[in-house]
Amino acid sequence: MSTEPYILLSAILFTIGSVGVLVRRNAIVVFMCIELMLNASNLALVTFAKANGNLDGQIAAFFVMVVAAAEVVVGLAIIMTIFRTRRSASVDDASLLKY
Amino acid sequence: MTVFWILAPIMVLAALCILFVRKAVHAALLLAVVMMSLAMLYASLDAPFLFAVQIIVYTGAILMLFLFVLMLVGVDASDSVVETIRGQRLLATVLGLVFGATLVIGLSQVTWGTVVGLDEANAGGNVPALANLLFSKYIFAFEATSALLITAAVGAMVLAHREKLTPKEKQPEAAARRMREYAETGRHPGPLPAPGVFARHNAVDTPALLPDGSPSQESISRVLAARGTIRSASVDDVDDVQRQLSATESSESSESSDRADEQEDGQ
Repeated sequence: MSTEPYILLSAILFTIGSVGVLVRRNAIVVFMCIELMLNASNLALVTFAKANGNLDGQIAAFFVMVVAAAEVVVGLAIIMTIFRTRRSASVDDASLLKY
Repeated sequence: MTVFWILAPIMVLAALCILFVRKAVHAALLLAVVMMSLAMLYASLDAPFLFAVQIIVYTGAILMLFLFVLMLVGVDASDSVVETIRGQRLLATVLGLVFGATLVIGLSQVTWGTVVGLDEANAGGNVPALANLLFSKYIFAFEATSALLITAAVGAMVLAHREKLTPKEKQPEAAARRMREYAETGRHPGPLPAPGVFARHNAVDTPALLPDGSPSQESISRVLAARGTIRSASVDDVDDVQRQLSATESSESSESSDRADEQEDGQ
């Protein structure tokens, strides 16, 4: 087994996730793309754990999962609140603080 | 490595499709594909605990949460095609490609050492080894995580809770409101028209036709209109009926043409 393909796959997935955050307008899909980026970094961490022969990488991936779960809960609650008041889930509509 | 070469194209394809699909539900399902494939990759990377956690936490909990919120937000929340900033999509794609190229070129210049492997670290089992680390070296991070989870739970409850400021509208109030609206704006106090009436078949996705032949938008559900699954029962069907009647007319006498006129008037 070599490390490089795994890290390259992780980089590709991260890039796709970041393009998704920039391109998509639906706040929920933007959130999904953030999850994709977190997952891509997790893959790199787990691969490095195997390459280095200790489990610290897996612990780090575990913590990333916990933080991602907390982040999704709060983020989706915010999206729900915005949708309830503005009847829209588009990231462009929540621009009140701009002016 | 066989697992990797099977799963990697599937994952990249599913992730790319997330960028292009119109509906958020499809994006969620594609993300589920990516996450399940990642779980299998974890299993092939000697991480059985993370394999289970990935399936339980990500595909089980987080994606279900996404689907719940999509259900609550509804189908109206599809992406708009109009760009707020001009050329944003193009610029974002170019920047993404540059970023990806930088990452790939940078990574290809790194010399990777020999892979040690986790056979030694996992000797007493992966889960006990992880637990040993988690409850000794990373105990403070673990404790901070508990505080984070409590904060997130309280935050979600506070954000999602809505205080009821006005009393709930019951049947007498609803009746009074309808009659008031009828007096002030002339809005019909009765129920909305039923779908499918005067159409060729009775179905909720076929709007009722008004006496002048135009479809009544009030008779169909708003959700069906947002999904774009409404069947038209207007001009085409009228033409269809006329064609059928004229076909029978050619074989029968002029009596049927009277019926065709009647039918047209009825529509």
